[in-house]
Amino acid sequence: MGLLSKKDAKLITDPLADNNPVTIQVLGICSALAITAELEASIVMAIAVLFVLALGNVVISLMRNIIPSKIRIIVQLIVVATLVIIVDLVLKAFAYELSKTLSVFVGLIITNCIIMGRFEAFALANTPGKAFLDGIGNAAGYGLILVIVGFFRELLGSGTLLGMQVLGDPIEKTGVYAFGYENNGFMLLAPMALITLGIIIWVQRSRNEALIEDH
Amino acid sequence: MALKDNLHNLKEKFKGTKMAPVFGAFHTFLYLPNDTTNSGGHIRGADDLKRTMNMVIMALVPLLIFGMFNAGYQHHVQTGEVARVTSGFFSAEFWTLANFWVGFLKIIPLVIVSYGVGLGVEFLFAIKNNHEVEEGYLVTGMLVPLIVPIDIPLWMLAVAVIFGVVIGKEVFGGTGMNILNPALLIRAFLFFAYPTWMSGDKVWVAEAVERTKEIADGVIPASDAISGETVLGTLAQGQEVIYSTWDMFYGFIPGSVGETSTLLILLGALFLIFTKIGSWRIMLSSVVGALVMGLIFNQVTALGWIGESSKFYALMNTEFWHHLLLGGFAFGAIYMATDPVTASQTNKGKWIYGFLIGFISIMIRVFNPAYPEGVMLAILLMNVFAPTIDHYVVQGNVKRRMKRLKAKSA
Repeated sequence: MGLLSKKDAKLITDPLADNNPVTIQVLGICSALAITAELEASIVMAIAVLFVLALGNVVISLMRNIIPSKIRIIVQLIVVATLVIIVDLVLKAFAYELSKTLSVFVGLIITNCIIMGRFEAFALANTPGKAFLDGIGNAAGYGLILVIVGFFRELLGSGTLLGMQVLGDPIEKTGVYAFGYENNGFMLLAPMALITLGIIIWVQRSRNEALIEDH
Repeated sequence: MALKDNLHNLKEKFKGTKMAPVFGAFHTFLYLPNDTTNSGGHIRGADDLKRTMNMVIMALVPLLIFGMFNAGYQHHVQTGEVARVTSGFFSAEFWTLANFWVGFLKIIPLVIVSYGVGLGVEFLFAIKNNHEVEEGYLVTGMLVPLIVPIDIPLWMLAVAVIFGVVIGKEVFGGTGMNILNPALLIRAFLFFAYPTWMSGDKVWVAEAVERTKEIADGVIPASDAISGETVLGTLAQGQEVIYSTWDMFYGFIPGSVGETSTLLILLGALFLIFTKIGSWRIMLSSVVGALVMGLIFNQVTALGWIGESSKFYALMNTEFWHHLLLGGFAFGAIYMATDPVTASQTNKGKWIYGFLIGFISIMIRVFNPAYPEGVMLAILLMNVFAPTIDHYVVQGNVKRRMKRLKAKSA
């Protein structure tokens, strides 16, 4: 990476794996459980959070010297709310069906702990460039997990990926359904999202001993 | 004792290698190991984990055999080859080899899949984590085929068993560490993942699903269709029940493989209480809980608070003690609720735990519109609360003793 210094590159790569906001910090679980029944919704949610977090981080970082610390949470909320409303309106204008699937969870990006967490922990103390990279990295780490969970839930729960019937037609009994395979309805329920997430954390920690906590 | 020597030699040969737990498990499964700890004083009890597990399996075998006869009987009654039983438990129509054979061919694969897959997962984890294979799955593996519908596809059972053993037990640290009863978790997984195979009027009778498919394909005429709704399902739809109370008690009704015969479950309960393996407190209190809830529902209908037009009327109006004979209640209360790992540990806690299982079972049974059965969900729910109950019982004891101490020293 000639473009970024090693330190800056770490801002992006760290949250993808060893400091992932979902699997390591266990933040943003609520939306990860709610909207991952379909891969498409997961991807759109990931993009929405990427937009809000990257831009929000830059805005907060630019204002970091003029925000009075007593009201900084309110200022942060206004910034994130503005950005979320933009996302919501764009979705309603260009992808109405999808915005119905995501329903309140677009609005709830405002309360996503990852976003407020990055504003507080990083953007308030760093330059806009760094804050931008940090926002991209954390949102990508969140999105990555969302997409993995969404992939397995949609594939096993509905037998489709992005709405395409990759396993065959369950009614016409083609593909794997011809052998008696059936979709696993449990995957579409929230508990299985939690368990899928748990398995991802399990795999990640068993591959990286440094992540195992003392007890 | 050639087998014993061979097993011992194999065990010695593989000592210290990755495969050691596998051979150790086979050896200790068949024979008592000679190795003992060599320091300190010990009290030797005969009731080790292996004996406990074996006793429960012995209590389950009659149900498995009855399940085989009943599977064939239900199948043959529906096809019209056998008349309905009229003359008590030892009716000749029921105990025929033809009945047994149909059930045997259907149920043995369930047992093999349950044990094969479940023990396979246990062995894998034992080898990976380098610990001994534990006996925990021996009972779970026997319970699982008894609590599923007979027509469940084997691959679904295999998936559910893997889920139940890995997520229900191994992630918590193996036998004795699990929060939820693994056998019930396996059933719950099937119930939520493949609801069409766990409810309705097709899955309870051997080959009913197959025939429905063949009729749809035009292989056999529609007149060959067979189906059998459980008594609870019939009640939930507000239809007339064709089975007599004695049928329900003896177990000549459709249902999961081993859950139908209240008579044999009662004998199993006596056996478990006599050998001091099952807790009579839990069994008794869950029966009381179910009766209380049933009485409340009976009272509600008697007072006319719920009219006959209500969809809950038929189940509410069922005589309160009939609930003990129907569905999986008896099986759940005797064999599942008393699982020593997931139940409450304190005596007072056992009363509360059992009572709430019975109470909630019947409540869910009546009010669950999609699936008129509640004992599985009630036990899983109370499994979660068992440690909380124990905590408050222990805290209550501590508080009482503190008070006594204060009174004495003052």
